Amino acid sequence: MTDMSYAPETSRSNTGKIALRWGLYLMLGLFALFYLMPLFVMITTSFKSLEEIRTGDLISLPREVTFDAWRTAWSQACTGIQCEGVRPFFWNSVLIAIPAVFISTLVGALNGYVVAQWRFRGANLFFALMLFGCFIPFQVVLLPMARMLGLMGLAGTIPGLIYVHVIYGLGFTTLFFRNYYVSIPSELTKAAKVDGAGFFRIFWSIFLPLSLPIIVVTIIWQFTQIWNDFLFGVSFSQAGTQPVTVALNNIVNSTTGVKAYNVDMAAAIIAALPTLFVYVVAGKYFVRGLTAGSVKG
Amino acid sequence: MAPILEINNLYKNYGSVEILKDINVAIEQGDFLVLVGPSGCGKSTLLNCIAGLEPITSGKMAIGGQDMTNVSPKDRDIAMVFQSYALYPTMTVAKNITFGMKVRGVDPATQAEKLAYVAQQLQIEPLLKRKPGQLSGGQRQRVAMGRALVRDPKLFLFDEPLSNLDAKLRVEMRTEIKALHQRLGASMVYVTHDQIEAMTLATKIVVMKGGVIQQIGTPSEIYSRPANLFVADFMGSPAMNLIPAKTKASGDGVQVEIARNDGKPIVLKDSRNMNLPENVILGVRPEDIVDSALGRAGDTQEAECVIDIVEPAGADTFAVMQLGGKHVTARLHAETTAAAGVAQRLAFDLGKVSYFEPDTGLRLN
Amino acid sequence: MTKWLEENTPKLVLAPSFVIVLIFVYGFIAWTAWVSLTRSRLLPRYEIDGFIQYSRLFESPRWDTAFSNLFVFGFLFIVIAMILGLTLSILLDQNIRTEGAIRTIYLYPMALSMIVTGTAWKWILNPGLGLEATVRGWGFENFTFDWLVNPDMAIYTIVVAAIWQSSGFVMALFLAGLRSVDQEIIKAAQVDGIPTWRVYTAIIIPSMAPIFLSAFIVLSHLAIKSFDLVIALTGGGPGYATDLPATYMYAMAFSRGDIGQAASSAMVMMMVVFTIVVPYLYSELRSKND
Repeated sequence: MTDMSYAPETSRSNTGKIALRWGLYLMLGLFALFYLMPLFVMITTSFKSLEEIRTGDLISLPREVTFDAWRTAWSQACTGIQCEGVRPFFWNSVLIAIPAVFISTLVGALNGYVVAQWRFRGANLFFALMLFGCFIPFQVVLLPMARMLGLMGLAGTIPGLIYVHVIYGLGFTTLFFRNYYVSIPSELTKAAKVDGAGFFRIFWSIFLPLSLPIIVVTIIWQFTQIWNDFLFGVSFSQAGTQPVTVALNNIVNSTTGVKAYNVDMAAAIIAALPTLFVYVVAGKYFVRGLTAGSVKG
Repeated sequence: MAPILEINNLYKNYGSVEILKDINVAIEQGDFLVLVGPSGCGKSTLLNCIAGLEPITSGKMAIGGQDMTNVSPKDRDIAMVFQSYALYPTMTVAKNITFGMKVRGVDPATQAEKLAYVAQQLQIEPLLKRKPGQLSGGQRQRVAMGRALVRDPKLFLFDEPLSNLDAKLRVEMRTEIKALHQRLGASMVYVTHDQIEAMTLATKIVVMKGGVIQQIGTPSEIYSRPANLFVADFMGSPAMNLIPAKTKASGDGVQVEIARNDGKPIVLKDSRNMNLPENVILGVRPEDIVDSALGRAGDTQEAECVIDIVEPAGADTFAVMQLGGKHVTARLHAETTAAAGVAQRLAFDLGKVSYFEPDTGLRLN
Repeated sequence: MTKWLEENTPKLVLAPSFVIVLIFVYGFIAWTAWVSLTRSRLLPRYEIDGFIQYSRLFESPRWDTAFSNLFVFGFLFIVIAMILGLTLSILLDQNIRTEGAIRTIYLYPMALSMIVTGTAWKWILNPGLGLEATVRGWGFENFTFDWLVNPDMAIYTIVVAAIWQSSGFVMALFLAGLRSVDQEIIKAAQVDGIPTWRVYTAIIIPSMAPIFLSAFIVLSHLAIKSFDLVIALTGGGPGYATDLPATYMYAMAFSRGDIGQAASSAMVMMMVVFTIVVPYLYSELRSKND
């Protein structure tokens, strides 16, 4: 905290200070409005009827709260030719995200453990290769991946999407665990070796119990990434296996019929709810994950 | 009986950098070997090699007569105490101590019995249920010792175990480790950069620098007959005075001449019969320069010196003067009459001085 | 055998990931690079034919738009998000009582999918019923805000939405940086009687240079990869006024069936990323290895 309260206090500078303080809070409040406004508009719009949307204005509260849009968005809205709402796609996303998060976190933990604690010739090279892999634009692997999934018989399937998310998530999960384990003194591993424990025993009995914070960070990061993914979802899925983000985009951009903005907004909120929930419940870890990848580890 | 630890021609490289060069050490059952040297001298690496935590590049190593060169740490019958204690943070003290036995599949009854014995020995019974994070530095140190003791190994290894403790606790624990060694009669290898720890604990000291052993010997040998200038300077506090001097044969002994700023050199006579080159470095411990008034036995020679600084230190008073272009410290009596800027008559104990070759730094006598 | 296993377990554990990264990252990049040098259209062909795809790419007006959009969008997005993030972090650093709540509000958009962000802003910026209609409803009959459907302005809607989504993250980065400045230096400056704003400009902000670099890297990386936001907000339109390299590549790969163009545009994207990221990662890794 940069505490600037040291300045000598005279009555004149005091009133100035109070005014400054109010100005500060005013600015912070205005910025808060800027960030909250879209969410507010989304929520209010989703509870309005189409009629009210056409006649009322954007930022008014709904005159009459209706859940129709939510019902439609969940189970009736059309995503192209199908008209089952976002529900099946929501579950697709769940089916993709859970195994992909679990596998990439576990493998990342093992990789990070090796790179940080079992240094050997080449381990740093491996880590550098992984790290560069984090930064490639995925467009560059899109075409060969599509062919590879075809060859493996996974094209357009949920296991195929899980596979893709695991592979391109490994860079970050390895990075997270490596940076965490590097701060654990290597003497701990040495002591355990002298005690007679082997590679997996040391991981299981000593490192894993220490890792709860970084596991939470990694799970949140991976879950947010995978849930919010659109590029892989739209490139490697087909009609029945699309994740919720792709379905949402299809609902919003479907050209048939009347534009139902309230349904769009309800569908958008549904698609956003899981990650928003994670953010509200575990915001601290969420921020740590965001900064972990970019601040020197 | 075979030595408990025997290292022959050990080399250790990291890439093209030589970390350890031609290390040869052997110790007997019950020895307390201290590896001492400045940071970066390779002493910790050598300890890690003994433990098997670092592979060696070439050479041989045996523990208890068995070749251990390529044996993994768990099969070397050793126990180790680390600088950071390396206690497993998520385990209780009891689990920390018994983890090794658990891994080895020792039956729970034996585990409990050994745990109780060690806890009683180290007086840590009240701590057994706590986690390392809830312990003070001294308590952690004890637990780390307990984890080693419970193994009852052929060889104990200590990697600067006291360096994270405050000064008072360090002295206490030092005494305790010494008592433990005497009680158990166990063989120990101990790494430290603190020459006082080395002197007080060791039965045998290895002084290292730049990956090379400088001298091996008992504490008194190392102290009174340092093998070279480095050892002379490193061991002892305040350090040995190393004064450039000129010598020439004179009758049965040697005449030593030390230049002084005011032009008139001090001339002393060493009655030992030696062959010395003309230019030497004279090594005199501060306690071998004393108040002449108090006199003392041995081959003392007196000279008048102007004292620059007087530093009372309780039991003794240190006096600093300029001799041969160097600051020279004398250890005087607490009630000395010496005062800054005043000439004082001092007695030099020539029977104990060392002579070094100025270029190679090697001991001459 | 057990001895060998014991010594090589760490390598064996790393091996699958190593192979995967080698194939699925580096092998795939090589594949794309190779194909970008051929005459591939609907199906990949493997006879190298020079830089024909790249000359086609840079002759294409659509790519021209997409590529210059990347620089307009990237520049505005990075600069504004950095300034906004820094401002917010300094404002929040003044012993604000409700800091936790405010921080939560500023940062939540980062948890949303770009598709959700795009959908929301598409609705807000919709000229027929959104902001424009609302302001007109307040009595400003001539108010026009049609950026979303105006080919010259549509790219700025993407800038606005992207800033809304990411500036909170920049704030979090900077706030962490502000808090990690040595407090003794700040105290020393205060004792010397240096005014608060000078403490920031002369001491705190210069000491955060690495954070500026990190923020820049992350933001430029986000900018180059921006795909979902464009798809959801403008669909690349009107026409292809808001195309970015990412959407161009996708269109070529999956709707136009022009694999050669898709591959060459992807390679150009990667080169842009690498000219920014490689020096950074290189210096990071080097300083870590010492």
